[in-house]
Formats: sequence, structure tokens, C-alpha cells
Amino acid sequence: MDNKKYASMKGKRRVNLFFCYLVLILISIIWLYPFFGIVMQSFRSYSSEYGGMVSYLIPKHFSLDNYKFLLSGKTNYVSWYVNTVIIALFTAFFQTLIVLGVSYALSRMRFKGRKLLMRFWLVLGMFPGFLTMICMYFLLKQFGLTQAGAVPGLILVYCASSGMQYYVCKGYFDTIPKALDEAARIDGATRFQIFYQMIIPLSKPIVIYTALTAFMAPWCDYIFASYVAFGNDKSYNVAVGLTRWVWTNDYQGYFTRFCAGGVLVAIPVVILFMCLQKYYVEGVTGGAVKG
Amino acid sequence: MAKAKSSGMSFGAALGKNFKEIGTTFKDGDWKTRLSYVVFGFGPLMRGQIVKGITYLALEFLFFLYMIGFGWKYLSKLNTLGTVETTRVHRHTVYGDNSFLILLFGILSIVIIAAFIFIWRMNVQENMVEEAALKNGRKLPSNKKVLGSLLDHNFDKTLLAIPVLGIFIFTVLPIIFMICVAFTNYDSTHQSPTHLFTWVGFKNFANLFSFGTTGFGPTFLKVLGWTLVWAFFATFLDYFIGLMVAMLINKKGIKFKKLWRTILVITIAVPQFVSLLYVSKMFDADGIVNGFLMNAGIIKSAIPFWTDPTLAKVMIILINIWIGIPYMMLIATGLLMNIPEDLYESAKMDGATAPQMFWYITLPYMLFVTGPFLLTQFTGNLNNFNVIYLLTQGGPQSMSLTGNAGSTDLLVTWLYKMTVNDTNYKMAAVIGIMVFIVTAVVSLVVYNMLPSVKDEEGFQ
Repeated sequence: MDNKKYASMKGKRRVNLFFCYLVLILISIIWLYPFFGIVMQSFRSYSSEYGGMVSYLIPKHFSLDNYKFLLSGKTNYVSWYVNTVIIALFTAFFQTLIVLGVSYALSRMRFKGRKLLMRFWLVLGMFPGFLTMICMYFLLKQFGLTQAGAVPGLILVYCASSGMQYYVCKGYFDTIPKALDEAARIDGATRFQIFYQMIIPLSKPIVIYTALTAFMAPWCDYIFASYVAFGNDKSYNVAVGLTRWVWTNDYQGYFTRFCAGGVLVAIPVVILFMCLQKYYVEGVTGGAVKG
Repeated sequence: MAKAKSSGMSFGAALGKNFKEIGTTFKDGDWKTRLSYVVFGFGPLMRGQIVKGITYLALEFLFFLYMIGFGWKYLSKLNTLGTVETTRVHRHTVYGDNSFLILLFGILSIVIIAAFIFIWRMNVQENMVEEAALKNGRKLPSNKKVLGSLLDHNFDKTLLAIPVLGIFIFTVLPIIFMICVAFTNYDSTHQSPTHLFTWVGFKNFANLFSFGTTGFGPTFLKVLGWTLVWAFFATFLDYFIGLMVAMLINKKGIKFKKLWRTILVITIAVPQFVSLLYVSKMFDADGIVNGFLMNAGIIKSAIPFWTDPTLAKVMIILINIWIGIPYMMLIATGLLMNIPEDLYESAKMDGATAPQMFWYITLPYMLFVTGPFLLTQFTGNLNNFNVIYLLTQGGPQSMSLTGNAGSTDLLVTWLYKMTVNDTNYKMAAVIGIMVFIVTAVVSLVVYNMLPSVKDEEGFQ
């Protein structure tokens, strides 16, 4: 009797699990389908097949024509790519420095106007970001940092206001006990030494998180990049260049090339992200809880 | 209210105290201090505080250099924003006033004057402190120590100097500028440097709320309504479905947990412009979805995913689920493990069903912990430019909307279009201020309602 009941429960559980797996597999298909699509389309050649949109997924002939085209120098794809890498690397470096510094000052030091500064930045963050665009463009132009000089200009734009993104990092610093600081100060360490030799090594996950998010953001930026580099094809980043391929009228021809370009952009970013995923999760979760 | 009042009073009191201190410092001070009121840093210089003295003196010098050589000519025209039109005399263009520069540098000059007054006050205080220290027989710190303090107890100033300056130049100044533009007639017919623009008071705001044939009123309300609807669905659908998915993966007995998570996380890693542009093309009239359905004979003509306003809105919300769930899943996964297991155990003993446990244990806990996160998500979605712009660019266009707004435009994408396509800066600035008001109101109201703010100890 008991045995039978147990068996039926086990069976019920099995059915339950079966449905769970079914849902998970369905989710996986939905989530992976677009990426599978991009990769497949990127192998569809313009010369042997139609280069625009088609109603089948897997190309009839696999070819590397699109990739060859991208690297052939017929378009500025390579320089877009190089621009983006340069922007991303510099932004990641300077933004991390700034965010760490601001977070340390706000978390560890008590000075006049600290609360006021934090509240002011909070209010400032409620204005839509590209309200500042017209004025910023003008300022950059004064220093020759638009069009041909768009790359350093964009690095400046991304880094200049990054001090306001201190929340996650400060939240992490707040969890490091202050007693450590006090002990070090009794031993005669200066604030700088504490910051550099103690807090930063202790905050490795958040340093990596900050650098990773700073590195990834410029890859996706269309708004500022298109405005600052306006009309100068050579200084676009990949987002602007490839988006224009899709949106121009002859995107039919460029659609598969866009796919190939997208794949080349996604590969290094995805690999980097997957390697550092652990730190990303830590930062995101911590940030969400503290708000 | 009471809080605001008391802070206002304490501000008045602080101001009074300041003035008193400035007065007594002058009255009781020696000649070095008194001369410092005019020549910054004179006192510190005479007392051997070379670093501080030179800094103050240099700042004063730079201020006058700026105001005389540059700032004044803009500041003096700020009330009219320029009166001399650019004209053409015998094929030569004779440039008149440039309203844009007058407004920008006028604002900058006002801020610099405020900073100058602040520095002057600091300079007075420095003198007071030094004199008091000398009077009490204490030695002043050496110049080396003063510099060294920038890495020690004044380290905050070192760390914050560059970020604060950067934020001022690239965020604060432009925002003040745009707020001012909302009160001018700066648009495509008043482009500087060839044309002047000037102050018009609240005319643009009146235009935003006017419901005549050319007024922005009906369009503004429509766009605002959709912005709020979008933010609501984008936030809460993602939240609940993401939570469900996280629980599904966390469920006991499910294998390959890491694999399922990794599959979802790829969406975060791939740059949005790649994935969203591809997805938007997938649902195009000649895209793969329509093509497949037509080949299979399920439909005869293409489904207007992006050209039908209602369908486009639904599609955007659905595709945003695709974007948002992985993120929510990551956050929820970590938090779900923090829920004390014995809560579930005792609920099971009492005969609770799975939905009951979700409704009475999991959900309240998650809402409590992630309250602030939901708020930032909501305000973030109010300003979610990428998803809308990459999918539809605000389209489909509609003749019934003014200002080139499309049916799926959010306030921010509308603002962007007005800036870039129409160069209608005055209305863009007005919309920007509206976005700020909406965000600020939502944040304030919701923040005070959050359980984790009201009752910090709640779940601990």
C-alpha cells in the first residue's frame, strides 16, 4: 500500500520534472534562436545567393564571402572595429579609476557637503542623458574632438560623467569593516595607502565588475557616437556603422554583411563576459539589493 | 514639511553666522588678514603658507583674467541673448551676436562668480584659522605637510576634484543650458550663429499643453501615456517572469543548472545593437518570420508587426522580455538562495501548496529585498532608448501626431528625434524637463512607499 503511494508520488514528480525540462528547452530555443540566425545568415553569400532577407534560415551554400568583404578594406569596418576597441579599453581604465575614487571618498571619508553632493548627483541623474547632447557637441567641437577626433572625444564623454555611477561600488565598500581602516591608520598608513594597498585588493570582484560594464557599454552606444562622429565614416564605432548598414535603403545587400559584422563584434565580448561572469553576477546582485 | 522648514531656518541661521564671522575676522584681524580681503592669500603668504597663499592668489588672478577678457562680454548680453543680427555686406558675412555662445558662457560666468565668492569665503576663513592658531602659540603646518594632506586627510578632495569638474562641464552646465533653452525660441528658424534667438518666457510650455491644431498637447499626452504603460509592463512582466524562470532553474531535481543559466546570459553579453537589430529584421514584412509563415501557407499576407501601432507596441514589450529576463534571472537566483529554508519546511508541514508558498513567502521576500531595484528599473525603462529606437525608431509614423512623433515613441526617443532630425531645440528642452519631472515624481512617491525604506528591520 505504502509502496504504491510512494511510487505514484515518484511518478507525479517525474511528470512534473518532465514539464519543467520541456519549458526550459523551449526557453533555450527562443533565447538562442536569434543568435543561431545571425550566425547562419552571416555565411550566406551575396554572390551565390540573394543577400537580403530570405525566408529560410540555413544557407544553401556556406561561404565566407561576407567576412572577406568586411576585412577587405572596401568599407571602413576595420577602422570602426579598431575605434571601438580603443574607446572601450580607455573608457574601462579611466572610468574604473574614477568610480573607485569617488566610491572610496563617499564611503570612507566624511566631509562637508557629502550628503549634499550625493543628493545633487541623484537629482542630476533624473534628467535624460542626451538632453546634454547639443551643448556637449559644441564643447567637444571647440577642442576638435568631433568628426575626425571623435574617438578621444567619445572617451572624454563616457569618462567625464562616470563619477555619478558610484552606487554599486560604494555599496560594496560600505560592507568592508571600518575597523580595518582604523587599525591601518593607527599603524601610520595614509588614506592613500589604505585605498591603494588595502581597499582595492579587497574589492577585486567589484573592480572587475566596474571595468567590465565600462568596457561593454561603448560597444552598444549609438546615440552619442553617431552624434559626435556625425558624417565622418572613418570615426564611427561598430554600433553606428553597422546600424547604418541595416537602416540605409540598400540594406538588402548589406543585411548578411551586417550579420557577419555582428558576429565578429559579439565573439570577443561574449568570451570576455563569460570568463568574468562570476564577478558580473556579484556586482549586479549586490547593486540590486542595495538599490 | 516640518523638515523643509527647519532646514530652511538652519540655512538662514548659517548664513547669518557666516556674515558675522566675516565681520569679526575683519575687525579682530591684523593688517595681513585685512589685506587678504582684497588680495587673496596675502595673509597665508606672509605667514609662510606659500602653497595655500599662491593657490588663492592664482585663483583670484584667473578669475579676473576670465571675467575681463572673456566672461563679461557674454554676461552683459545675457538678458537679451544678443541684438546684432548677422548681415551680409557686399558678399561678406558680418557676424553679429551669437546667442548660443552668449547663453552658454553667460551661465558659465554666473557659476564662476558663485565659485569666486565661495573661494573668497574660504580665503577669509583660512586667515581666521591661521591667526587663531598663531595666537594660541601653535605652529602652522609646513608646506610639505599641506601638500601631503592631499593624500591623507584631504584625500577626498584629490579623489573628487576631477569627477566633480567632469560632471560639471559635461552634465551640469549642459543641463542648465538646456533648461534655459526651454524658455527661448531656439529652433530651426533661429539657428545660431546666423540667426539670433531670445527669451520667450513660458511660451513653449504653453505650446506643450495647447490642444489646438498645431499644439503639442494631444501628442504629448499620448506619448506620455505610452511611456508609462511601457515602463510598467517592461518592469513588472520582466520581474515576474524572470523570477519564475529563476525558480524553475533553481528547482530541486533539475540538472545542468549552469547550462540553462549560461544560455540565458548570452543575451546580456551580446551587444544590444546586434541582437535587437536582427530581431527587428526578423519580424519585418519580408523578414524570416513572415516568410516562413507565408511559405507554410498559414498566412496569405505579411503580418504588419512594425507598421500596425498596437501590434508594434505588443511586440516591443514581448521582445523586451527576451532582453530583460536573463538579467532578472541572475539577480533572483542569488537572492532566492538567501530565503531561509526552514520557512518553506514549516509551510510544507502546515500543508501549504506550491503556489501558496510562492505567494506568501517567496514574493513578499523578493519584493522587500528588491524594492529599490524595481524602482530604478522602472525609471530606467522610462528612459529606455535602445530597445525602442533599435526596434522601431519610434515608428510607425502617424499623421495625427505632431512633432514627428511615432506611435511607439517614448518621451526620450521623441526628444532625441526633435534634437537630431528637426533641430527643434526649444521643444526638446521642454520635453526633457517633463521627463525629469515624471522621473522625479515617480521616484519620490514610490521611494516613500517602499517597505524596505519604511521598515528597515522587516525581514532581518
